[in-house]
Amino acid sequence: MYAYDELDRTLINERVAEFRDQVKRRLSGELTEDEFKMLRLQNGVYLQLHAYMFRVAIPYGTLSSKQLRRLAHVARRYDRGYGHFTTRQNIQFNWIKLAELPDALADLAEVGIHAMQTSGNNTRNVTSDQWAGVAPGEIEDPRIWSELIRQYTTLHPEFSFLPRKFKFAITASEHDRAAIKVHDIGLRLHKNASGETGFEVLVGGGLGRTPFIGKTIKPFIPGRDLLSYIEAILRVYNQYGRRDNIYKARIKILVHELGIEKFAKEVEDEWLAMGDSALTLDDAVVEDIRSRFTYPAYEKLPHMPDELKKAAHDPKFEAWRKNSVALHKVPGYAIVTLSLKPVGGPPGDATAEQMDAVADLADKYSFGEIRVGHEQNLALPHVARRDLPVLWRALDKIGLATPNVNLVSDIIACPGLDYCSLANARSIPIAQELTRRFANHDTANLIGRLHINISGCINACGHHHVGHIGILGVEKNGEEFYQITIGGRADENAEVGVLIGPAVPYGEVADVIEDIVEAYLALRARPDELFVDTVKRLGVEPFRERVYATR
Amino acid sequence: MPLVKNGKITGDAFVHIADDAEIPGDGAVLISAARFLGDAGALSRRVGKTGVIWPNNRDVDDLVPYLDRVAVVALVFPSFRDGRAYSQARLLRERYGYRGELRATGQVLRDQFVFMLRAGFDAFEVKKDSDAEAFANTAKRYSVFYQPTGDGRVTALHRRMQLRHSESAGQ
Repeated sequence: MYAYDELDRTLINERVAEFRDQVKRRLSGELTEDEFKMLRLQNGVYLQLHAYMFRVAIPYGTLSSKQLRRLAHVARRYDRGYGHFTTRQNIQFNWIKLAELPDALADLAEVGIHAMQTSGNNTRNVTSDQWAGVAPGEIEDPRIWSELIRQYTTLHPEFSFLPRKFKFAITASEHDRAAIKVHDIGLRLHKNASGETGFEVLVGGGLGRTPFIGKTIKPFIPGRDLLSYIEAILRVYNQYGRRDNIYKARIKILVHELGIEKFAKEVEDEWLAMGDSALTLDDAVVEDIRSRFTYPAYEKLPHMPDELKKAAHDPKFEAWRKNSVALHKVPGYAIVTLSLKPVGGPPGDATAEQMDAVADLADKYSFGEIRVGHEQNLALPHVARRDLPVLWRALDKIGLATPNVNLVSDIIACPGLDYCSLANARSIPIAQELTRRFANHDTANLIGRLHINISGCINACGHHHVGHIGILGVEKNGEEFYQITIGGRADENAEVGVLIGPAVPYGEVADVIEDIVEAYLALRARPDELFVDTVKRLGVEPFRERVYATR
Repeated sequence: MPLVKNGKITGDAFVHIADDAEIPGDGAVLISAARFLGDAGALSRRVGKTGVIWPNNRDVDDLVPYLDRVAVVALVFPSFRDGRAYSQARLLRERYGYRGELRATGQVLRDQFVFMLRAGFDAFEVKKDSDAEAFANTAKRYSVFYQPTGDGRVTALHRRMQLRHSESAGQ
């Protein structure tokens, strides 16, 4: 956990005071809606179909139990008793009242949570691996650097009015759980040939209307130069990124139009011109941030405690353990993923009661810490393996032990037309129907790892391009239709999925997905060949045939 | 449109001269970049003070040779959403050492003041009277800053280090 100090606390309190003044000026009519719009967006407030939506940042996906309880409080006091975890380690509240927003922000500020720059054309919440600091084999904890970037990008005087939004993601593991290749800047901590730790910098990844996989702009940069190099990228983008067309304003378009070599040269020239700047991070500064991350005092515990051996006789427990429990870097401990994808439920939603209960369980079994992943699930990062059976029973009681993590019903979905004013089609009911179709755990297990991602419009908040199966809602003559892509992925081998054929109407989507899955089961070379690997091997054609032969 | 300088509303000594109007030999004037560059040598030797209105889509490099001879550089915010002039301001101040007046013009609103001050602006053609009147209070909104810029404010990272040093010195 990162502990705010007096300076961090002062800054977010000053931000709350500023926003309170802005809301007051809006309500009195001193600010026009056009002027206020940018100000509220910079504080995570959107106007949706039914009400204001409020997006709160969970930097690098780390929460304390105290913070989670406060999110539950906001859900209960200012909203309708639930929140929605997003694909970028944020939580959204859908029914907030403008006049109450400053109070909600003040309540959150007390526990070191803010909503700064969770929307608007600025640098957004810095995301990272939800297993940061606990994943075996990690280079180092990427959250130290995430926090440095969080501070650096917060209220940046030069980059708060960029051509378009700008997103960072960081990983320090070989397996990328942070989707860094589909971010404006992706950072991968690694060691170079001489054993020094630094970053591979990727730029220009992104989804939306024109998806691009990020390209390497710098194979290795030491940590001390990270912020100055980022500043050089942002400065080039701020000056030359397109501002004439909102759909061509992301950095990916600038990188694409200039070509990565020319863009890299612009950045390099700017970076060299900056010289040794005040942004250079000396070791003492990095150590100071590092020292404010606290880690649990782990005990020496057995890998196979009696509690676990005994519980292994319960097939329901075993199904959950095999699915939702991952190896921890410390022997005797485990990382537990809490599925927010119950059968028939909207993906990523949690009620205030669930949040409070998870906070209590975190206190009891995970040193008071909770993580939020971009797949819209939660995790308890430090669970003693002996506690797994009792934790499972507790999670099962509150509906958070669905053993479908990374399986076909672990669906990523945006809020879609049920809430969002940008959407063309519904996402949530499609996800709900699919979870019912694939509710049988044995079937889902047989299918294996399969990510379905659903977006209700081309803005791609549901990351449909990088779903193993991607579903994109479009509107045709006033009706909801869905384009289906297959073969996408968001990990270290990120790829954009390929369209399998014409869009299908709302009522047929679930059938089509079942057909695709059946085709895969018939086509896969071995039971452990994953869906994406089969698509890679065979291309989309056999799937297209299967789906459209009878339609 | 009120001008705020040194934190206060003041009269503007500079007269905007349209591109087709004659430039007086003396008196302080603000002229467009295109016109200035058309005859930069002579204009920068005028008896009166000369200021340049620099558009946000032109590299400031072209202005750099004349920086010690212009009295005002006026950067433009065609909309408050367009942040290009923040980069120009920092480059002028921090890379090219410009010390004259750096003026923000265009859609300059209250909620940009702190960003502008931090980027190096010291004069503001403020769009609304009420915003101009609120300048002094708005400029004090923040006391903590995370980024180093040329404005000399100490960043949070460095204040922490100073605090650490003073703590260990006291022990």
